[in-house]
Amino acid sequence: MSTPTLAEAETLLAELTAKMRPHVTPQTGLIGIVTGGAWLAERLHSNLGLAVPFGTLDVSFYRDDFQRKGLKRKVKPSAIPFDVEGRDLILVDDVLYTGRTIRAAMNELFDYGRPARIRLAALVDRGGRELPITAQFAGAIITVDAHDSIELTRDASGKLSLVMQKP
Amino acid sequence: MFLNKNPQLNKNGELHHLLSIDGLPLEILNQILDTAESFVGVTQREVKKVPLLRGKAIFNLFFEPSTRTRTTFEIAAKRLSADVINLAINVSSTSKGESMLDTVANLAAMQADMFVVRHSESGAPYLIARHVGEDIHVVNAGDGRHAHPTQGLLDVFTVRHYKKDFTQLRVAIVGDVLHSRVARSQIHALTTLGVPEVRVIGPKTLIPGNVESLGVHVYHDMAKGLKDVDVIMMLRLQNERMQGSFLPSPQEFFKFYGLTADKLALAKPDAIVLHPGPMNRGVEIDSGVADGKQSVILPQVTFGISIRMAVMSILAGN
Repeated sequence: MSTPTLAEAETLLAELTAKMRPHVTPQTGLIGIVTGGAWLAERLHSNLGLAVPFGTLDVSFYRDDFQRKGLKRKVKPSAIPFDVEGRDLILVDDVLYTGRTIRAAMNELFDYGRPARIRLAALVDRGGRELPITAQFAGAIITVDAHDSIELTRDASGKLSLVMQKP
Repeated sequence: MFLNKNPQLNKNGELHHLLSIDGLPLEILNQILDTAESFVGVTQREVKKVPLLRGKAIFNLFFEPSTRTRTTFEIAAKRLSADVINLAINVSSTSKGESMLDTVANLAAMQADMFVVRHSESGAPYLIARHVGEDIHVVNAGDGRHAHPTQGLLDVFTVRHYKKDFTQLRVAIVGDVLHSRVARSQIHALTTLGVPEVRVIGPKTLIPGNVESLGVHVYHDMAKGLKDVDVIMMLRLQNERMQGSFLPSPQEFFKFYGLTADKLALAKPDAIVLHPGPMNRGVEIDSGVADGKQSVILPQVTFGISIRMAVMSILAGN
């Protein structure tokens, strides 16, 4: 079930696309979580040929660690260029870990309207959940030491890579 | 012991109080403007609220009357889900002889998290900031002739929205610069953000003698001063702050320094017109200009909410 090494991000993206394809319609709304999830949403949107433009979400104003961390990182505006009300949505993120970001994203989404359904797509699921949240679509399920972090990067040509940060 | 030169910053160099734009590093200015940009989207949604400051108590302490500024601070705090308490103090405790610091100490004992302070005396918010515990944040909402930082910030935010790049701009600030805390905040913000040419325009009696030390060019002739500018920031004629004989009459002032369509035509064709409000129509600005297509006076009010949300959320997180 798990792979010990980090696969190529581009390979995982192709796999994720294949897993999602039978389960989307042209009206499905993709929403990528800034920053890595937004890059993926852009690519998935084009791979899947969706009619509705994709949206991006910066969950900084909804995070549960504001008390401890404040607003340190540069916040980007959320932009959802379609009506959320009654729509079939798929949230897209690069790495699914504790699930706290996804909770924040769902809280923010409901301030735009009441979606018909929200599913979750992640390039990698690294386990370690602290909330009852699961991905319906995952490029890969991997095992990573708790103190390591995985980050998605994008180079000038648009190529995506997964980078492991050892402490 | 090294004395903290800038009482607004904590030991990590982050914004702890917002007292003045003077001395704020460019990075913090940009952080506020960028965060405000994100809040503009929030205020256009179905639910115009985020849960960021849920459970925080913000006190609006207005020792000097103000409707617009107090209201926008109140809306901003509510859109961040904070609890807001409005106190117009000139009509309550100080008339019973309680000192300002006693009032503040009492409110701090009610577990206040933030004070938004407006006072007719320059420096009052500094005094309060020095006396509150380190878990309380102070925002200057206008003190005497000294500073009105959130107004200066919303003005430059408005300029950035319409003009994008500060480094190519010529900006004119027009009117009663002498009594204006807004002008001072605008000048500091514009120069920090890299505006190459800031002009101040007004009669000799209403331009402070040392203003050139802030890096601005002084004009007493409106026609010369407005030539080819990109942005015109009108100031309010501070009637309530003018006890001396600074001006012959408001009519005389309008004739020389009121912004009319004719004078506006001297600026660049795409120049924008700002005014902090409340406007004295027919004194510093003609109604046709105030309501005209180059006026961005109402967008300023809307952006003011996002700027105040940004300031309060950055402070509360530091």
